Amino acid sequence: MTMSNSATLATPIGGLYHRRRIANKVALTLALGAAGFGLFWLVAILWTLLYNGLSAINLSLFTENTPPPGGEGGLLNAIFGSVIMTTVATLVGTPVGVMAGTYLAEFGRNTKLAEVVRFINDVLLSAPSIMVGLFVYEVLVIRMGHFSAWAGAMALAVLVIPVVVRTTEDMLKLVPNSLREAAAALGAPQWKVITMVAYRAARNGMITGVLLAVARISGETAPLLFTALNNQFWSADMNAPMANLPVVIFQYAMSPYEDWRQLAWGGALLITVAILLLNIGARLLAGLGTTRK
Amino acid sequence: MTEIALTLTDAHASTARRARRQRLQDAAFRNATLAFALLVLLILGGVTVSLIDGALPALRTFGFGFVATEVWNPVSEQFGALAPIYGTLVTSLIAMAVGIPVSFGIALFITEMCPAWLKRPLGVAIELLAGIPSIIYGIWGLFVFAPFMQSTIQPFLINTLGQIPGIGNLFMGPPYGIGILTAGLILGIMVLPFITSITRDVFETVPPMVRESAYGLGATTWEVVWNVVLPYTRTGVVGGVMLGLGRALGETMAVTFVIGNAHRISSSIMAPGTTISASIANEFTEAVGDVYTASLVALGLILFLITFTVLSIAKLMLLRLQRKAGV
Amino acid sequence: MTMTHMDANSPTHGSHQMPPGMLAGTAAERPIAGAGLPEKISVRNLDFFYDGYRALKSISLPLYDRQVTAFIGPSGCGKSTLLRILNRMYDLYPKQVATGEVLLDGHNILSPKQDLNLLRARVGMVFQKPTPFPMSIYDNIAFGVKLYEKLSRADMDERVEFSLRRAALWDEVKDKLRQNGMSLSGGQQQRLCIARAIAVKPSVLLLDEPTSALDPISTAKCEELIDELRSDYCIAIVTHNMQQAARISNFTAFMYLGELIEFGNTEEIFTNPTKEKTSEYITGRFG
Repeated sequence: MTMSNSATLATPIGGLYHRRRIANKVALTLALGAAGFGLFWLVAILWTLLYNGLSAINLSLFTENTPPPGGEGGLLNAIFGSVIMTTVATLVGTPVGVMAGTYLAEFGRNTKLAEVVRFINDVLLSAPSIMVGLFVYEVLVIRMGHFSAWAGAMALAVLVIPVVVRTTEDMLKLVPNSLREAAAALGAPQWKVITMVAYRAARNGMITGVLLAVARISGETAPLLFTALNNQFWSADMNAPMANLPVVIFQYAMSPYEDWRQLAWGGALLITVAILLLNIGARLLAGLGTTRK
Repeated sequence: MTEIALTLTDAHASTARRARRQRLQDAAFRNATLAFALLVLLILGGVTVSLIDGALPALRTFGFGFVATEVWNPVSEQFGALAPIYGTLVTSLIAMAVGIPVSFGIALFITEMCPAWLKRPLGVAIELLAGIPSIIYGIWGLFVFAPFMQSTIQPFLINTLGQIPGIGNLFMGPPYGIGILTAGLILGIMVLPFITSITRDVFETVPPMVRESAYGLGATTWEVVWNVVLPYTRTGVVGGVMLGLGRALGETMAVTFVIGNAHRISSSIMAPGTTISASIANEFTEAVGDVYTASLVALGLILFLITFTVLSIAKLMLLRLQRKAGV
Repeated sequence: MTMTHMDANSPTHGSHQMPPGMLAGTAAERPIAGAGLPEKISVRNLDFFYDGYRALKSISLPLYDRQVTAFIGPSGCGKSTLLRILNRMYDLYPKQVATGEVLLDGHNILSPKQDLNLLRARVGMVFQKPTPFPMSIYDNIAFGVKLYEKLSRADMDERVEFSLRRAALWDEVKDKLRQNGMSLSGGQQQRLCIARAIAVKPSVLLLDEPTSALDPISTAKCEELIDELRSDYCIAIVTHNMQQAARISNFTAFMYLGELIEFGNTEEIFTNPTKEKTSEYITGRFG
């Protein structure tokens, strides 16, 4: 800042002050414009999604399987597959994430190892999900010899872990040390202090983290493309390729058939609503945690 | 009361046993958490090793030439990564060119300008938008944005910027709708909520006292932001931007729908192209032959190296800001 | 536990008022008033280092059974640090080291062989701020008991009632034992924490400024409670409030800059201190 304050004080309505005010106006107008511009596009996306998606939503969407080209059908098998794989991924990823997060927050607080793990975890947190797909393809699909729902679920689990690690650590760090000391002062061993007192105090935040992780993986497409692949038919076999919403949306949207495109919009709306609900739920829960302190 | 004092003497056999068991359980729990923490490292190690391993056939066949050639011919099994690398970098560049100023504007609006009652809802809305899966941006891009580009924006660009010698080359050719520019713009919109919410968080690390004392000197809102808030949060803002960049570089679905999947480098940014992730997504399941598959995995390895570097830098910068805020 | 010390079996009798180190130390040159009382805890030549910084300097003093000993002194003088050594709470944190001896019933608890969890079950502690666990009132108390005892449902109910009655909280909470412990008022929470500590049946109670976060009425209740507990426990209390120390303690230790300046009968310390520093502090000239 190069303005000389003696000048501004001496001539409050002088040229310098005037120029500063104009600069301020211009900058703020630009910011306002940018905000409006950005929000416009985001709203536009949601609007088209709602407009196209709503017209695609009907009962058969939930009761019929994905159709062949030109045929009538729904998304039942894809919805089922997404739910199954997301559930398995969450069940696998959550304990891993909670344990690793516990190490970072409770045992390794100031160790070099924890610092490295924290760093790597943060990198994994924002690493491109398609790489996770490649990884699971190399490790599982090739070894098993075929695509499978297991592989898809494992790819999603790999995405769950860093989210849960991060929130578990953050939430445990918010638990006041006095609570740990109080439990230790009764003679509780550390693992009981952690599992019975610290987890309980951090419970809402940790569940929030899991919800956020579920929200994240339920829209992921790239890691499923070459792990779970897709399945035109109903399948509950974890050892076989399984239909799932994101990949169905991808294939149907890219297709030339109007019916398929309709289904893609319907699926897109379903996913978005589910994710928004998960996010809102997570937020409400986190809010509960902070007000109770 | 004497019996009370005696109940917990160390010598008491059952208590001692209990204490020993608890010590064992303590060690077991501690080691279990440690094992899972190490698993996080193992995952990254696994990603690295499996990508290198899968890419080896391609790297052996093409050597360093892999990253320097543009050819991508599944029939003659000649593969080069130059076009996808170029597409990845250029789309991300466009995304950042759009995303950074706009996100900055939104963050500035939310933290400094908007009425108090709007602050929270707007902040929450931005964060919710950041959670929308990228495939939504992709299908919107395909069905809405690309046609709009084709009918309106691109003809306009061709007729104006395209006529200027020099930079005009960037805006030449027929309006396809899909292509590098469209993909870049969609990426830009996609990273908006992401960069905005980080920037906003970072802006809020400025202690109110610092901000208020600047206002107290008579500084205008813009001067406070430009001369106080930004310098104070510089590393954090850059870190946030880098995270957004990392996201744009590795993004698959928002790009795949509208990039056109053409393995060539055109002078015009309106021409179809491809990115690393789009190539993998489009071709991986259809790839026939070891070299083809390995070439795609090699692309993944390159993406991994690029994003790992960018994300590491981002993380280090955010860490630096955290330390500063902590002091 | 091993008997490390020669007088491990009988540290409590006889007329040797002070361990030898005491006389050479900074405190109490006159015969100590506690002569003849059983020593529950004997602190001998205790030094404490916090990341290399010497926070306590050769402290020696006794804590008598069924007596209240108050620790007073300005902030940062090391009184809380000393208290946290008595149940080895400092072990939770790295880079903290205590040297010297702290004998509890004749056993050196600073010995690396000491089982910390058992020690802490015998030496209860109540903190500055109430720390109810995020669980029901009943479970708050049962938590500590379950750690070392297998009680039947009825016995546990009895223990919970016993502890809550002892902490003068029973009448206020007997109808809402299933409610979350955090729903109580600050004063009630603190008494819950005392009840929780008592429930484990410790023989020593460490109170670290237990009333500093409470209003005057709750403070009075807590003081009353401490007075009643005196008959069963060896109590050590850190307090900023000199009136409180004078009201409830039998013995007082005045600490300053990590050293024990004076230890003695509370009445004598407050009416007739031997050290200049002590009289300056209790008359409010500093601190």
